[in-house]
Amino acid sequence: MKVLVPVKRVIDYNVKVRVKADGSGVDLANVKMSMNPFDEIAVEEAIRLKEKGAAEEVVAVSIGVKQAQETLRTALAMGADRAILVVAADDVHQDIEPLAVAKILAAIVKEEQPGLVLCGKQAIDNDMNATGQMLAALLGWSQGTFASKVEIDGDHASVTREVDGGLQTIKVKMPAIVSVDLRLNEPRYASLPNIMKAKKKPLDEKTPADYGVDVSPRLSVVKTTEPEARKAGEMVGSVDELVAKLKERGVV
Amino acid sequence: MAVLLLAEITDGQLNMDATAKAVGAAQTLGDVTVLAVGAKAADAAAEAATIGGVTKVLVAEDALYGHRLAEPAAALIASMAGEYDHIVAPATTDAKNIMPRVAALLDVMILSDVSGIVDADTFERPIYAGNAIQTVKSSDAKKVLTVRTSTFDAAGTGGSAPVESVSAGEDPGLSSWVEDHVAASDRPELTSAGRVVSGGRGIGSKEDFAIIEALADKLGAAVGASRAAVDSGYAPNDWQVGQTGKVVAPELYVAVGISGAIQHLAGMKDSKIIVAINKDEEAPIFQVADYGLVGDLFTLVPELTEKL
Ligand SMILES: Cc1cc2nc3c(=O)[nH]c(=O)nc-3n(C[C@H](O)[C@H](O)[C@H](O)COP(=O)(O)OP(=O)(O)OC[C@H]3O[C@@H](n4cnc5c(N)ncnc54)[C@H](O)[C@@H]3O)c2cc1C
Ligand SMILES: Nc1ncnc2c1ncn2[C@@H]1O[C@H](COP(=O)(O)O)[C@@H](O)[C@H]1O
Repeated sequence: MKVLVPVKRVIDYNVKVRVKADGSGVDLANVKMSMNPFDEIAVEEAIRLKEKGAAEEVVAVSIGVKQAQETLRTALAMGADRAILVVAADDVHQDIEPLAVAKILAAIVKEEQPGLVLCGKQAIDNDMNATGQMLAALLGWSQGTFASKVEIDGDHASVTREVDGGLQTIKVKMPAIVSVDLRLNEPRYASLPNIMKAKKKPLDEKTPADYGVDVSPRLSVVKTTEPEARKAGEMVGSVDELVAKLKERGVV
Repeated sequence: MAVLLLAEITDGQLNMDATAKAVGAAQTLGDVTVLAVGAKAADAAAEAATIGGVTKVLVAEDALYGHRLAEPAAALIASMAGEYDHIVAPATTDAKNIMPRVAALLDVMILSDVSGIVDADTFERPIYAGNAIQTVKSSDAKKVLTVRTSTFDAAGTGGSAPVESVSAGEDPGLSSWVEDHVAASDRPELTSAGRVVSGGRGIGSKEDFAIIEALADKLGAAVGASRAAVDSGYAPNDWQVGQTGKVVAPELYVAVGISGAIQHLAGMKDSKIIVAINKDEEAPIFQVADYGLVGDLFTLVPELTEKL
């Protein structure tokens, strides 16, 4: 079985996001970028499947600016076998929407015929939580979203999902799309020798036109603003003082 | 304009809070038809019909729709979409599973986690863990959106909308339910609770989380947790508050032993009053707290529980 892992290049989760003064978006120039944290978990899971003998090949895919090469090299250094970069934007501020990403991925799936697509539950930049579900719809495949446990069992996979009420386990028919949640595994760090080796692994470059997909956005950004800032309140010196304040405010 | 709104139903039971808040949001867009989908959905449909402003309730009751599997529910909703301009659901994990699938079936972009409705085409939503609010205008003919219930007021009661059945669609045969792990609790539900007490890594163990639970019980509050507390096994996953957990906006939010990472703040910074208890006076949580108390939680929290 081949496993396809879509990985997105996003602002590093430790970076304090700054909204541009003209309201046009978030400032991404000269900001540290990394692989979306959920996608690291997806790559890790795919590699573990390969190590267990449940998968033969792990292919990482990224759609975005040329610099997403770095993200793919990270996936290769972690253990993916090869990578596909679809250059769909030339400005780092241009985000390709989940629908367009899903269409490109669907075309790649048809070419590559993976038995499983492991993607992240959510990209931490646009916070859409949509691409995996959309890809499953376009392919007519089953979906196991927000996975905290995945077990492949022949032509089915058992997926434990993190849901509002707790955990739900479902069985999905393969081929399937699984979107991974934070507690599925702990991703490994790429070792230096593996980072060196990754430079020699194949990385194909494509464009949306190669797949006949129009990536123009359906949602145009009217403006991007900072949320209303919360004012820091006061420090209280004791539990008694806290209780008195809360009583004053009428919440206890 | 006509809106189709997916009711939040778990095992035959209507989640009134989430559904009524989604109706509250959707009412500004047009006439709201509620769709109740489930293996058992008739009772939930009858209850949804009492939500103020609902024009009609449609029930699709079939074993196929048990356990909220995404594939049959999305196929059904997409097949009904023709008459509607907007398809709306509260941003629960069920809807986040189903609605993007619906949107892709209709070849439209999803609008996830909408926090403000400007007009029929224009919506606000938080991005970057709530560090920015984006206003987007959709050029799609139909809009598929999930709404953040923490930012919309619930529609009132007193409605008496007619209830009609719709027939079930075909079984896509793609996935099946195995089991649910749901801890029964007498405490209020996290996303609708008026008060929430959350514990973080500072609590240090599953056993000591009892300190948080005791304070919550004294306050009649729901219990929440940071990701670190959940990852460490101190608390179950459904207690996680934050960017990738639940979003809450209670009257009172008490954060204990939580540093206040941006991903945690994303889930609670719209709370009315925030109290933080932390031994580190530099902890970022104090920057958003109305009342901050510096000290050891193991002495302060039991004392607070006793004095309330
Ligand atoms: C993609 C992604 C998504 C994430 N999503 C979420 C999310 O949804 N929700 C979330 O919460 N986090 C999320 N996180 C994690 C987040 O970045 C932080 O790591 C996490 O919130 C930290 O949890 P904490 O505050 O409990 O732990 P810590 O940061 O370790 O803080 C513990 C605090 O406890 C205090 N403390 C310790 N002992 C005591 C004591 N005896 N008395 C008083 N105070 C004490 C310490 O001073 C410290 O401030 C996410 C991270 C990523 C990368
Ligand atoms: N531009 C992209 N390139 C590769 N993968 C992506 C891209 N956008 C989204 N994904 C995948 O889809 C997941 C969910 O993203 P989203 O739906 O945008 O929240 C991510 O975690 C990735 O696995």
